[in-house]
Amino acid sequence: MIRFENVTKVYARGARPALDRISLDVERGEFVFLVGASGSGKSTFLRLVLREERASAGKVFVAGKELGTLSSWKVPALRRQIGAVFQDFRLLPNKSVFENVAFALQVIGKPRHQILTTVPDVLEMVGLAGKEKRRPHELSGGEQQRVAIARAFVNRPPILLCDEPTGNLDPTTSLGIMRLLDRINRTGTTVLMATHDDEIVDQMRKRVVELSTGEMVRDQSRGVYGSDR
Amino acid sequence: MRLRFILSEIGIGLRRNLSMTVSVILVTFVSLTFVGAAALLQLQIGKMKDDWYDKVEVSVYLCPSNSPEPTCAGGEVTDEQRQAILDALAQPEVAPYIQEKFEESKEEAFERFQEQFGDQSWASVATVDDMNSSLRIKLTDPSKYQLVAEVVSGKQGVESVQDQRRLFDRLFLVLDRATLLAGGLALVMLIAAVLLITTTIRLSALSRRRETGIMRLVGASTLFIQLPFMLEGAIAATVGSLLAVGGLWLGVEYLITDWLGASVSWIPYVSTSDVLTVAPWLILAAILLAAISSLVTLSRYTKV
Repeated sequence: MIRFENVTKVYARGARPALDRISLDVERGEFVFLVGASGSGKSTFLRLVLREERASAGKVFVAGKELGTLSSWKVPALRRQIGAVFQDFRLLPNKSVFENVAFALQVIGKPRHQILTTVPDVLEMVGLAGKEKRRPHELSGGEQQRVAIARAFVNRPPILLCDEPTGNLDPTTSLGIMRLLDRINRTGTTVLMATHDDEIVDQMRKRVVELSTGEMVRDQSRGVYGSDR
Repeated sequence: MRLRFILSEIGIGLRRNLSMTVSVILVTFVSLTFVGAAALLQLQIGKMKDDWYDKVEVSVYLCPSNSPEPTCAGGEVTDEQRQAILDALAQPEVAPYIQEKFEESKEEAFERFQEQFGDQSWASVATVDDMNSSLRIKLTDPSKYQLVAEVVSGKQGVESVQDQRRLFDRLFLVLDRATLLAGGLALVMLIAAVLLITTTIRLSALSRRRETGIMRLVGASTLFIQLPFMLEGAIAATVGSLLAVGGLWLGVEYLITDWLGASVSWIPYVSTSDVLTVAPWLILAAILLAAISSLVTLSRYTKV
């Protein structure tokens, strides 16, 4: 589903590469943790998958497409295959829960009747049934992140990228979010999650890829957060 | 869904930047009013040329008794000289351009002079002998003046040849300068309009960065993201151009048709139908203006 072949990303000429010859293969339906200290290249990795950046060298394949040669007018189609969730939720404050999720479908031109059926479904799935009319500021952090996940998943993308989704949440709330992501993963969605949260990684026992200053230092199935544990 | 969504986005954008939207409307209004005024001035010049050039004649003034011109050295024009001039005008190379010609004697000239200026004190000292007798020639094509003038000027007995069109040239020159002035002001205002529209679109795009960011993320097409911003600029500019058309229409209706037309009626004036001829071009210019500004801005601020 996602394949990196010797991918290097250098932001400024002469600077240390943000990613250094990374090769990695993520199969359909896998759940992968991307761990590492700040600045280790996790976010760059996710940005390359979303084609917000292009690789300086090497090849990135996502959903069967080589992103280096993908023309920019095809990028929207690629992004419809990818859901993305962030630490800061990125909700629209002036829109209700329902409208925030519906927004993702409206802007890719989905018909109204489809929006009216899929949005309540996905809101129920993330556990927000009954809170459709709330504004984001009326929700707790965990609930806001559920809205963000609902928005990322409402179009049923085969890939879900999460950039520190529990970074702003307390441990109990984080656990709830992880259960949700696990459920989404079980529907066959490939989940790639960048995180600092060692507790969660240790608990979930999924594949762990560790980056350190742009290099891949570990790729372990059913791994834990720290390699020394 | 799409259309409704885009329309609501436009509404939000226009309301959120209301003061900028109003300033875009005003600047396009003023600039396109100048553009329209310049166009109407040119139309006015065209109308006057059409109307007046039909009426004007070439006057061949024949020598009076006391002219200092060398061609008049022999004193007042003789019948022989007069005949030679008429013969020259009958030559096949000029004859086809002459619609009609008639002679005005100095007595007739004096009569006409008294009619026009009789009430002026200086006119009372003029005598019949001060007047020129003349040949008045009406041309089939007024632009062939030079040809006719060459045939007769310099001949014995001709004091001067005058093209009445020359009399209007000064007026047309003034109107042409006015056109240039209006055009120049229009250009400056148009530049201001482009810059202002650019800024407005940029502000609008920045204030909705969050939305456009999410749109990009969930895979909305570039056109879909940019369209509301483009239309915002286009709508504001079009409203400005409509105001300009309205302003010109009112100006022509009340200033020219009602006021000038009533007090100085011998000039053919532009009318409101001419404003309507200019109108589509002004609206087109407004849309073009907005399109250029959008292209410049959006490629930088809402990149995929």
